[in-house]
Amino acid sequence: MVEHRRFGNLLPHLILLAGIIVVAFPVYLAVIASTHDNAAIANGQMPLYPGTHGLETYWHTIASGTGKTTRQPVGGMMLASLIMATGIAVGKIAISIISAYAIVFFAFPFRMAAFWTIFITLMLPVEVRIYPTYKITSDLSMLDSYSGLILPLIASATATLLFRQFFMTVPKELVEASKMDGAGPIRFFFDTLLPLSVTNIAALFVILFIYGWNQYLWPLLITTRDDMQTIVIGIKKIIDVHDALTEWSVAMATAVLAMLPPVAVVVLMQRLFVKGLIETEK
Amino acid sequence: MENRAIFSGKLLAFLLAAPQLAVSLIFFYWPAAQALWQSFLVQDAFGLSTEFVWFENYAALLKTPEYYQAIGVTFVFSILVVAFSLAIGLLLAVMANRNIAGVQIYRTFLIIPYAVAPAVASVLFIFMFQPGLGMIARTLQRGGIDWNPVLNGTHAMILVVIVAVWNQISYNFLFFLAGLQSIPKTVIEAAAIDGARPMRRFWTIIFPLLSPTTFFLIIVNITYVFFNTLGIIDTATGGGPNGATQTLVYKVFQDGRVGADLGGSAAQSVILMIIVVVLTAFQFRYVEKKVHY
Repeated sequence: MVEHRRFGNLLPHLILLAGIIVVAFPVYLAVIASTHDNAAIANGQMPLYPGTHGLETYWHTIASGTGKTTRQPVGGMMLASLIMATGIAVGKIAISIISAYAIVFFAFPFRMAAFWTIFITLMLPVEVRIYPTYKITSDLSMLDSYSGLILPLIASATATLLFRQFFMTVPKELVEASKMDGAGPIRFFFDTLLPLSVTNIAALFVILFIYGWNQYLWPLLITTRDDMQTIVIGIKKIIDVHDALTEWSVAMATAVLAMLPPVAVVVLMQRLFVKGLIETEK
Repeated sequence: MENRAIFSGKLLAFLLAAPQLAVSLIFFYWPAAQALWQSFLVQDAFGLSTEFVWFENYAALLKTPEYYQAIGVTFVFSILVVAFSLAIGLLLAVMANRNIAGVQIYRTFLIIPYAVAPAVASVLFIFMFQPGLGMIARTLQRGGIDWNPVLNGTHAMILVVIVAVWNQISYNFLFFLAGLQSIPKTVIEAAAIDGARPMRRFWTIIFPLLSPTTFFLIIVNITYVFFNTLGIIDTATGGGPNGATQTLVYKVFQDGRVGADLGGSAAQSVILMIIVVVLTAFQFRYVEKKVHY
């Protein structure tokens, strides 16, 4: 960057390559394992190149699951994960954007109280109130339902803070101009504010979709029915049998299928992802 | 913020804020309050009567050796994960911050672990570290190490640390890279003109300027280790063997699943809440500082 390096940029390339190998090798190995048959994996002699059983393993995994444990088709698990992840992401964005709108653009009693009530949820992650939250969800008879999976998780202090931050940069003149045109608060929201927020919404969606897809503790507690299992929970049950019984090719195919949607979202929407990550945290 | 409020429909404002407030109150505040309340109660064996006992549950908790073991495990686990994931993230970010070809490609690969669920990351590593069939486990065994995370507590700890570090590298890498890119080039050039070599420039200029990012990441990583590694531990070791990988959060989860001691479990939750409050306060002090910067 500043001075001329004798060895050019060899060292950074080597270190970054090593980093990539460390990061990608476990994923690569899972992909390879999913294309071999169980016998080749179980004797510990699995080659490092793809095998020939890929298609049948994936077909079998998606359509019928493992024969030995859950017997749940992984395709169904992916659908459950997709519904939960989308529900959480859309729900969080929807209720956060309107509450931030209320807090920034309206004068109403207890406005600051409302703001702090939302803010303090940051300090109450589900892990510190596991069983009481479970009990309430059960009392509301929302166990084994998508509303039980989604609703209790959709309060979002971070998303509200992000929208609040962004709304506060919207010039006052814009609101006044809109008012002069005779627009009320609802029209202003849909015609002006929402179009301005599109990038923020998209960035947030990327982060929240991954957050939702990767949930573990909550779906583990809330779903007891096998056909509502998300893929992240289902995979544990597939490997959770006695060593010799684990169908590793199916387990690894399930791992690949569990990684595919969130990894695709991150890689294909990299710029939105980085923007979302850095802005929600700050 | 005060002078921005422009619309006056009070009812509409309440309606807009209502969904978020309702979810927060029903699913966040109410259970948290219940945990707090239960931590002061003792229930008899049949669940027929309860008695208010002040801090007895806390006192009882602090007498169990398992709780101290969980504190120790959490401490060791946090230090190892935070140290390794920050060091690796920083090293990779510094390298990626040089003007070299293909940075985009490197970055694309390096962000992948962020998208992988902790429990799924665990499965990837269990596959490599499974005694008997795992590639790395077999290599270790050939090298004379009797690798067995199911029986050996140290091995189990090493396994969960590796998974958690792998899972966290992306995050630290991206934040360090963003931090490095915000350091003005002129400062570094000035140091170079003064004759400072790259290593010296890094430790005397770049690293101190990165300290807000580093501090922020330490807090975020501790929070991650405390709360987001439950899926890793549950999948890889189940807290075992003999509690060797049972963190404080995992202990709450397991004790509650057995469901015997409601008050004690609630007391554990309340202690965790206090820890989160402290961590969040630290995190926001950092933001405060950055605003004044």
